[in-house]
Amino acid sequence: MIRYTASRLISLILSLIVASVVIFAVIEVIPGDPAAYMLGMNAAPETVAALRRDLGLEAGVLARYFAWVGGMLTGDFGMSYTYRVPVADLVAARLWVSLPLTLYALGLAVALALPVGVLAAARRGSVTDAGIMGAAQLGVAVPNFWFAMLLVLVFAINLRWFSAGGFPGWDQGFWPNVKALTLPAVALALPQAAILARVMRSALIETLDQDYIRTARAKGLSHGQAVMRHALRNALIPVLTIVGLQFSFLLAGAIIIENVFFLPGLGRLIFQGITQRDLIVVESVVMLLVFAVILVTFLVDLAYAAVDPRLRRR
Amino acid sequence: MKIPLTLLAGALLAGLAVLAALVSFIWTPHDAAGMNIAARLLPPGGDHLLGTDHFGRDVLSMLMVGARTSIAVAIVAVGMGVALGVPLGLVAAAGRGGFADEIIMRGNDLIFAFPALVIAILITAVFGPSAVNAILAIGIFNTPVFARVTRGAALSLWTLDYIRAAEVAGKGRARISLEHILPNIANILIVQGTIQFSLGILAEAGLSYVGLGAQPPTPSWGRMLAEAQTMISLAPHLALIPGMAIVMTVLGLNLVGDGLRDLLDPRMRRAR
Repeated sequence: MIRYTASRLISLILSLIVASVVIFAVIEVIPGDPAAYMLGMNAAPETVAALRRDLGLEAGVLARYFAWVGGMLTGDFGMSYTYRVPVADLVAARLWVSLPLTLYALGLAVALALPVGVLAAARRGSVTDAGIMGAAQLGVAVPNFWFAMLLVLVFAINLRWFSAGGFPGWDQGFWPNVKALTLPAVALALPQAAILARVMRSALIETLDQDYIRTARAKGLSHGQAVMRHALRNALIPVLTIVGLQFSFLLAGAIIIENVFFLPGLGRLIFQGITQRDLIVVESVVMLLVFAVILVTFLVDLAYAAVDPRLRRR
Repeated sequence: MKIPLTLLAGALLAGLAVLAALVSFIWTPHDAAGMNIAARLLPPGGDHLLGTDHFGRDVLSMLMVGARTSIAVAIVAVGMGVALGVPLGLVAAAGRGGFADEIIMRGNDLIFAFPALVIAILITAVFGPSAVNAILAIGIFNTPVFARVTRGAALSLWTLDYIRAAEVAGKGRARISLEHILPNIANILIVQGTIQFSLGILAEAGLSYVGLGAQPPTPSWGRMLAEAQTMISLAPHLALIPGMAIVMTVLGLNLVGDGLRDLLDPRMRRAR
């Protein structure tokens, strides 16, 4: 397990290095002069020169890359050009919207998908199964941002149970914020829950076909007991991998959903960065998102190996 | 051979979108770009079958022209994923366990860390938003998917006797990959292509919804939804109709994918 962890750790670090080079190259090298790009065509040469100095563009590409990575490692993400505040502060404030939203959605997706998937598998071929799988088929096809608009239409505009958007801020107490994040989280969770329910069902069906389940049944366990005691645990392994993968989809989805509900999260920050050509903000936030995805993949790999010793050999 | 019901239902749904896109080249009920402020925000029915938007544009016409954008972006993005991913997967499988395999698979893992939206954000930040960027972003994201599916399917073929025999007979790995492996994994690639096609439609809608895809005046389903959002209480049909078009098309393609898998790969039937 130690050797496996070490090898995964090396691959994690390599991925982060390559990802940072790619992001740096796209944002800072391809546009030619980032300062001129950020200021637009009509900028005075003196303004461009001043911004070049501010951004440290006089230094060579390599020196700038190492300065950027070094800064990130010590929590210095650079200075936002439009907000005139450290990007780290902007990100920290927004993270407390995007991260809870992502985790809330992940929790909802798991809580909905697992029981439903188990039910469908345990009653394979029944009307219940067909109904659940039909609903899942539909759920996979629904764009989450459109589902979000429907939720707003029904629960915010017609029923007035929730507000159509906005975020009170965590200093306003816990529940008002949970309420504000509920519709966005439901919208994010539904398509992922549909995928997860299908994975849960097929994983459980595959396990139920194994010989040891037949043995358990032959020993006198009921169908339900065999499912709960033996099959479910083994079927959960592939399901957990998908849950890990879904984290990145949810995080990316949160960026879009934040737009529907006017939530001040990382998504809004990144789109403001794009429209205002604030490359420093875009660069740092994208690196952070990619870091989160790579880190979660790494953790899932480890968890997977901890549960299933056969995987440690690779 | 019995054609699965899902395949027929799916082909019907997805075919409707393709038909709408094709017909839009020669005919739409009204000019999709024609504004008429006097006839703005009309509910569905009458002269405008699906109503009009806040500029008085005919929703059905916009929907038909928008279908072109969605389908074109998704098809080109799938083509890009196939053109790049399949050769990579074949090379990785042919040199399984070797250096090339390792590099290709690690590269795959790396691209998976960049969700299509994040790639689109990166490209857009530098080059500005356009449909081409959406294609690039979705296409780049499709590449590792096809590489992985190709490699997985090809690996199991490389252990078969007739492939071994071809190798012993002196056929090169490249020729074996092209002449024996590729034709035998075509089924799997077609099914995966259908799935990626439907994911591409969804991704395009999401990207143009947040303004990273096709730009005005090109109609697109995602942007129709973005524009409808502020008027959702005033004219809910503007939000409902494009969304239903997306769901129908994606659902149709997914059903086609499931049906094709059942049709082309009898081994999969048992697992479902």
